[in-house]
Amino acid sequence: MKRIYFIVFALLFYNGINAQEKFLTKEGYVSFFSHSLVEDIKADNNQVLSVIDTVTGKVAIQMLMRSFMFKKALMQEHFNENYVESYKYPKATFSGEISNFSDLNAENDETEIIGTLTLHGEEKEIRTKVQVKIHEEGILLTGDFNVDVADFKIKIPSIVANNIAKTIKVTFELNHKPYK
Amino acid sequence: MKKYVLLSTFILMMPICLHSQDLEAILEEESSDTTLVVASTFNGTRLLNGHSVETRKTGVLEFLISHRFGRVNSGFDQLFGLDESNIRFGFEYAINDKLTLALGRSSFEKTFDGYVKYRVLNQRTGVKPFPISVTLFGSATQKTIKDYLPENKPTFSERLTYTGQVLVARKINQNLSLQFMPTLVHFNTVPESNDPHDMVALGLGTRIKISKRVSINAEYYYNLNPFESIDVKNSIAFGVDIETGGHIFQIILGNSVSMLEKGFIAETTGSFFKGDIHFGFNISRAFQIKKTN
Repeated sequence: MKRIYFIVFALLFYNGINAQEKFLTKEGYVSFFSHSLVEDIKADNNQVLSVIDTVTGKVAIQMLMRSFMFKKALMQEHFNENYVESYKYPKATFSGEISNFSDLNAENDETEIIGTLTLHGEEKEIRTKVQVKIHEEGILLTGDFNVDVADFKIKIPSIVANNIAKTIKVTFELNHKPYK
Repeated sequence: MKKYVLLSTFILMMPICLHSQDLEAILEEESSDTTLVVASTFNGTRLLNGHSVETRKTGVLEFLISHRFGRVNSGFDQLFGLDESNIRFGFEYAINDKLTLALGRSSFEKTFDGYVKYRVLNQRTGVKPFPISVTLFGSATQKTIKDYLPENKPTFSERLTYTGQVLVARKINQNLSLQFMPTLVHFNTVPESNDPHDMVALGLGTRIKISKRVSINAEYYYNLNPFESIDVKNSIAFGVDIETGGHIFQIILGNSVSMLEKGFIAETTGSFFKGDIHFGFNISRAFQIKKTN
């Protein structure tokens, strides 16, 4: 009988630890930037969802394409309607892993993040440097990487081909808080 | 006793199961509370002759140039109507996402117009869905053509007309949108004393997308109590919308020559199916005057 109480207690305790294993943000920041001779285009998304499992170093990120804000409202409408087709593919997701997560500390905060980016129904392997700042209130992930528009089968009409870069720079800043 | 212990163990283990759910499931759960406004019910602020529920976003100035040529059945001598051209140009500014103010001038009867357009409700999907979009439209026009004898010079107020509309639309799916437009037109002056000053019309419109950037539009206004002194026809129009970056190009075939509500709803005399068709187009160019972020 005592043993059972012990197990129950241990489970309770384990449960308590478990609650600290995951870190989440619902207000993560992701932006993309396109530079061309004609114009620079930038869009910001401040409603990115991201969750980290500190035991495995696994990360899952998702964002609504509709939440990308452009300087020109009409450009934002065309981005959703004609380019990324948000009505068909509302979200972009990333699922991956932070390498050597358990070895990270204040001095050694640079590592790699490897995973799959899904956008416009197309998957693409992403491998990029990431800075992981583990602080008192949570975990901050920052970094940037480049993607090719062509990899995601996003059609750009020839008349605006000179306005949009072939390679887009993606920047992320995800400040996670303990989950529940 | 043992039973209770086992049960409590099971209950205690449940949160563990919850916590070991995969990360994707957590994201799904956390993102389940979103509500999205349904965007792009129509390509532009005009269905064809009349307005759509769409308003421009904050700080956008839209410059609109519209043409309606003469009737295509006017023969080769008139080059099928192309010799006769009526133009309207307008400046339409979105003070915010809901409110647009505009001024325009039409060559037809040298008419100035101004309108106020206000988006009241947005169609939404998600946790708090809403089935329709509603926009209110109010306009006034002033005819300035000197088609009177000098001694009968009308006053400013005598040449005013007003239009009020409730535009109700639903985007059924990505390719099909429908709009219903109850309309009231008021004339301060009417052609004959037995003509009504107030007219009620019901409009119906649709957009059918045939590709990402091209759609086919149709618009019809049924006038319930038209002028009695002139043979008024209901306004009917078909068109193609082509979107190219910051421009919207609309090609129109309709029986109305006027591009103002009071004109095409109350004063259309052409019979569409007898060939009294005016070829026309609207070209819109939007400029972002004020940056939004």
